Amino acid sequence: MALRVDVDERLARVELRRQVGHLERELAGLIAEGFGRVEIEYRVAAVAAEPRVLDLGELERLRDDLAERVVEARLTLRKRNRVESANRELLRQMLASPADFKWVQVSRDDLGLHGCGHWHSRPRLGPLGMLMGWWRVKVSSGCPLAGRLAAVEQEAQGQANETSGAG
Amino acid sequence: MSPSATEPRSDSDPAPKQGWVAPDIAGEFPGLGIAWIEVAAQLGRSPEPVKRRLRDLSDRFYGAHAIQMRERPIPWSYRVFYRQIGLDPDRTRTPIEQLAFDRIREGAFKSQGLPADALTVAIAETGVALRAFDADRLDGDLCIRDSAPGESLAGRPGELARGTLAIADGKGPVGLLFGPTGEGCGVQPDSRRLAIVAVQVNGVPQIAVSEALWMAAATLR
Repeated sequence: MALRVDVDERLARVELRRQVGHLERELAGLIAEGFGRVEIEYRVAAVAAEPRVLDLGELERLRDDLAERVVEARLTLRKRNRVESANRELLRQMLASPADFKWVQVSRDDLGLHGCGHWHSRPRLGPLGMLMGWWRVKVSSGCPLAGRLAAVEQEAQGQANETSGAG
Repeated sequence: MSPSATEPRSDSDPAPKQGWVAPDIAGEFPGLGIAWIEVAAQLGRSPEPVKRRLRDLSDRFYGAHAIQMRERPIPWSYRVFYRQIGLDPDRTRTPIEQLAFDRIREGAFKSQGLPADALTVAIAETGVALRAFDADRLDGDLCIRDSAPGESLAGRPGELARGTLAIADGKGPVGLLFGPTGEGCGVQPDSRRLAIVAVQVNGVPQIAVSEALWMAAATLR
């Protein structure tokens, strides 16, 4: 004789929705952590074409897909962190002994820093420094800040407006 | 819900009306709610103070801000709710994320006239999801419910799939929840009164909903 058990799935759905919320927050944190440093795959396809109450199976799939994305994001970030740590160590050694790292260049991007500056091991006084072994690490300040350029543009536009208004 | 949260801040702030959520939907999504405020329609080009406010808002929104936004409580709550109802919030963006996306793409919050600018200001400031309907075309109180068999959305061919979540009035669906508005229910050039509608989801405080509605109404005055 088959035993039939009626189960209220609502509580299971509520729990799965809680897990979805938790994973979504974790994924958002990982994306923010990797922003500008590494590309993280974060897309999880829509389950439905239009808004509706998802059933248990759909919620489970959504939870699993999000969990997979979180695991992938963690791995990607971990790999990137390892690379950046190695680059930081390289930079430390380079600063301590520039002559051992001739012509090596480490960018801010390599260290997970924003901006476009870099550290470059190069000879002081060009060819003479090369012959004499006078190596040093030169720090590039990078390109001008976009914000400063925008401020200049706005100022110029403001002045133009004032001029045309006065005219 | 705290009574003080829905009390108007001043005499000029109308009290938001609270709609209802179908019991089976409320059971699935605790915290889901709908509230709206009716205001006289101010349509057309935005006045200079509104445009200035959009410019000020533009200066506060950056790419990094858009990325970090999804970690903040209210935008996160909407993202999670989108997931929970089957939508992909990176494809069908939440209102606040759509604004952030447009801001980054356009370089600024471009004025689109009223009432769109009023909604932009209120959404950007509070994160609450707002939309506007023509109040004179709504019949009775608004609610959130799943579609019944045979129901359709005006202007869309075919019936709604059974169980589609919709915003409805006394006659039927006027728009999909976080989806398109039914034809004729949205703001028209000849609209005289607007219903500014906020959809509240779990994690969005009532005070934020009231604030968003008041802010939109104040911008339209």
